[in-house]
Amino acid sequence: MADNILEMRSITKTFPGVKALSDVTLSVARGEVHAICGENGAGKSTLMKVLSGVYPAGDYDGEIVFDGQVVSFGGIRDSEHAGIVIIHQELALVPYLSIAENIFLGSEKRGRLGLIDWNLANAEAAELLRSVGLDENPVTPVGQLGVGKQQLVEIAKALSKDVKLLILDEPTAALNDTDSAHLLGLIRGLKDRGITSIIISHKLNEIDAIADHTTIIRDGQTVETLDMADPTVDIDRIIRLMVGRALDSYYPERESHPGAEVLRVEGWTVKHPSQDRLVVDHATFDVRAGEVVGIAGLMGAGRTELAMSIFGRSYGTFVEGRIFLHGKETKARSVSEAIHAGIAYATEDRKKYGLNLIDDIARNNSAAALDKLSRRGFVDANEETKAAEEGRRSMNIKAPTVKSIVGKLSGGNQQKVVLSKWLLTDPDVLILDEPTRGIDVGAKYEIYTIINKLVAAGKAVVVISSELPELLGICDRVFTLSAGRITGQVPVAEATQERLMTLMTQEKELVG
Amino acid sequence: MTRSVGPTSEPQAEDATAPKDVAPAAALGVGTSDIRTLLTRNLRTSGIYIAFVVVVALFAILTGGTSLSPGNITNIVLQYAYILILAIGMVIVIIAGHIDLSVGSVVAVTGATSAVLVIRHDQPWWVGVLAALGVGLLIGAWHGFWVAFVGIPAFIVTLAGMLLFRGLTLQVLSNVSLSPFTPEYGKIASGFSNGLLGGNGFDAFTILIFVVAVVAYAYSQFRTRVARVRYNQPVPSFPLFVAQIVVVAAVVMAFAYQLATARGLPYVLVILAVLIMVYGVVTKRTVFGRQVYAIGGNLAAATLSGVKVKAVNFWIFVNMGFLAAVAGVVFSSRSNGAQPGAGNSFELDAIAAAFIGGAAVTGGVGTVVGAMVGGLLVGVMSNGMQLMGIDQSIQSMVKGLVLLLAVAFDVYNKRRAGSSR
Repeated sequence: MADNILEMRSITKTFPGVKALSDVTLSVARGEVHAICGENGAGKSTLMKVLSGVYPAGDYDGEIVFDGQVVSFGGIRDSEHAGIVIIHQELALVPYLSIAENIFLGSEKRGRLGLIDWNLANAEAAELLRSVGLDENPVTPVGQLGVGKQQLVEIAKALSKDVKLLILDEPTAALNDTDSAHLLGLIRGLKDRGITSIIISHKLNEIDAIADHTTIIRDGQTVETLDMADPTVDIDRIIRLMVGRALDSYYPERESHPGAEVLRVEGWTVKHPSQDRLVVDHATFDVRAGEVVGIAGLMGAGRTELAMSIFGRSYGTFVEGRIFLHGKETKARSVSEAIHAGIAYATEDRKKYGLNLIDDIARNNSAAALDKLSRRGFVDANEETKAAEEGRRSMNIKAPTVKSIVGKLSGGNQQKVVLSKWLLTDPDVLILDEPTRGIDVGAKYEIYTIINKLVAAGKAVVVISSELPELLGICDRVFTLSAGRITGQVPVAEATQERLMTLMTQEKELVG
Repeated sequence: MTRSVGPTSEPQAEDATAPKDVAPAAALGVGTSDIRTLLTRNLRTSGIYIAFVVVVALFAILTGGTSLSPGNITNIVLQYAYILILAIGMVIVIIAGHIDLSVGSVVAVTGATSAVLVIRHDQPWWVGVLAALGVGLLIGAWHGFWVAFVGIPAFIVTLAGMLLFRGLTLQVLSNVSLSPFTPEYGKIASGFSNGLLGGNGFDAFTILIFVVAVVAYAYSQFRTRVARVRYNQPVPSFPLFVAQIVVVAAVVMAFAYQLATARGLPYVLVILAVLIMVYGVVTKRTVFGRQVYAIGGNLAAATLSGVKVKAVNFWIFVNMGFLAAVAGVVFSSRSNGAQPGAGNSFELDAIAAAFIGGAAVTGGVGTVVGAMVGGLLVGVMSNGMQLMGIDQSIQSMVKGLVLLLAVAFDVYNKRRAGSSR
């Protein structure tokens, strides 16, 4: 058996009602770059949280052997002490502190009297910055650096902790090409210094270029670990393993009769609100009446950003692009204008952006349509309750009364309240962002049935989803999105998970 | 299958009262709820009423009934009216997730404006009142501008306003007190409608006004009930409904009797009652009120539901400025002049009233009526302790502890509710 720095054996982790990881095994050889691939929600991040002690020992079943010893971490401090450092997708730096202060946060360099020796700290920080190829003064506030450089600071911070195993979660998702190339070069450099890396990434080109082994995880289970030196291993094979889930008949039947075009988006381009990069890059797509159109994209592809920026420019900085509703251009610059124009957007994060959890069903249900339920500024409470009762009945929301507090409902029922709320605005186009995320199979089926009823009534529906089988099961056409660009349009009859995943992972250079 | 409700909530208790799917409302008794569900449905809001009754009873016993004497009840009304007026605006600010630290200074500067016009420049009383209200609206717009459109936290904006308008008060008054007001102006806070219908030592007019108010209350409750029944919604059983109105009527009429045997109906009580009614409707029934709760409950969700958050925040502060001006007029009238230090720490009393009355520190929760009861609770307590001759220092400590316990209760409640998700 090879010299493995890490062995995770039979890891099983359950959340209430969900088995996130089931008997996962992962072996990482000393000094290699090991990639982990899988669809959104496959369990990659959960596995890394188990490894780094975010989920402490006892919270999961199975065994972790690190550096020849069975370990049980009680928290992230324990795993860092052992030499495992995880760099999350959302960087954990304090923007107002300097580079040196960030690097030594929690492990400050102390001099006499226990005070911090800043000369020593800054000198050591400068040394670390050189080793990651970052030419910056250690006293510069981190907030003044770009995302790429911040990532390097994170790595410098990891190096300061005597890291043996570095875990990078989607390190290049927010980086441009130059920064990505530099980062990958750095990871190779770390490998030469004997540091083992685990890299989680959706960018299969990068994995192909840098990884020695790739483990594919699907639905919380290890599928296979591939030796990237093997000539039979290529990106297509990884894609096949990632998506190889069976298409079940979880989807209600629907006859499709698309009508006239309802929504057309042309050349839609949006900048990140605070960084100078395009999040949505000349996206063009359309939806017809009685049609369900899917938008497929991996994490960070810009799906939610595309939807929210269309919905009254509620995300990012508008650069250019046009929206047509029923062939007429609309310039909805605010959410209320978008609602009036006939667009509805049901968010992917219903608890954070969709519902007022401390309020009841009736008031949440009416929140976006108060002008329809009020006269001269006065809400008609009885009409409001009646509307909520209708929503409860037609959506089959399981709650004792419409005065029940929304925060106490199950995820599936909360999602139905969100749908009911947007239907009350009587939209022409409904954009549903991850409509079945985090809800159980029975409720999913009900949501699909509701979508079918909507299109039967002539509405146009856009569904954004990470689950390819779901898109294939309910859509008429699927657009693929990668790095903010529409990379393809596939009628569902011709679509396969492999084909979609190929388009979803297509890099800029390959886009025609 | 889909789960129905969170595991630790009590679906059985509520299920019993849930309307059956298509229950016809033939009789008035359909789908009614009993008194237990009415009380337990929301411990947070009913808790404050229970506490209020306990405190009133406690001080009635401790003071040997003096605290409930006609003269003292009138005193409490006159003494705390301006705090209650401030608390109406404050609870709306707090529901939206903000705070206003400036209201004490705004009370001072609006009162000073009025005093300068009426006392120094011999203008009629109503010129002073209108000018004060105008200044209050302008100050509210100033705060609203910085909070809503520039995006500076209300804590900072109104802390600055507190200093700014205290300074402006000193400027306007040239550092000296102005007094006395004309007798007409003084009547705003200290006037009574007495003897309009005769009655020696007992004002029949006061009783009449209260009877009208109680009848109007009963009628509006009945109309609401009939409308709800028409919409097939659950209502309290008819005997319970009647009992509820009888209890309210009895308490209100007892209060009216005490007022009538004292000095009659204070004008300031009329002002306060009108404000409570108007703002009760604004918060409960209007789109604006709904949007205030939505913003405080979940700002992001409100924004994505098309609520014009900036406009709503702006008007919340304009309204607070207006009510602070009303309180400024009442206070200057009661103190019969304007002092540079007027209204000091009123903001703290108003904030305490809102929180004791069940408003949540995190926003999204609170009622005007709750804030009124919260303010009265503090008022009755202070007044009772004064009657008992308890030292000022102890009074302050008791008030502080009551505020702390009230918010602790709120946090405890929320944690309990949160754990059942």
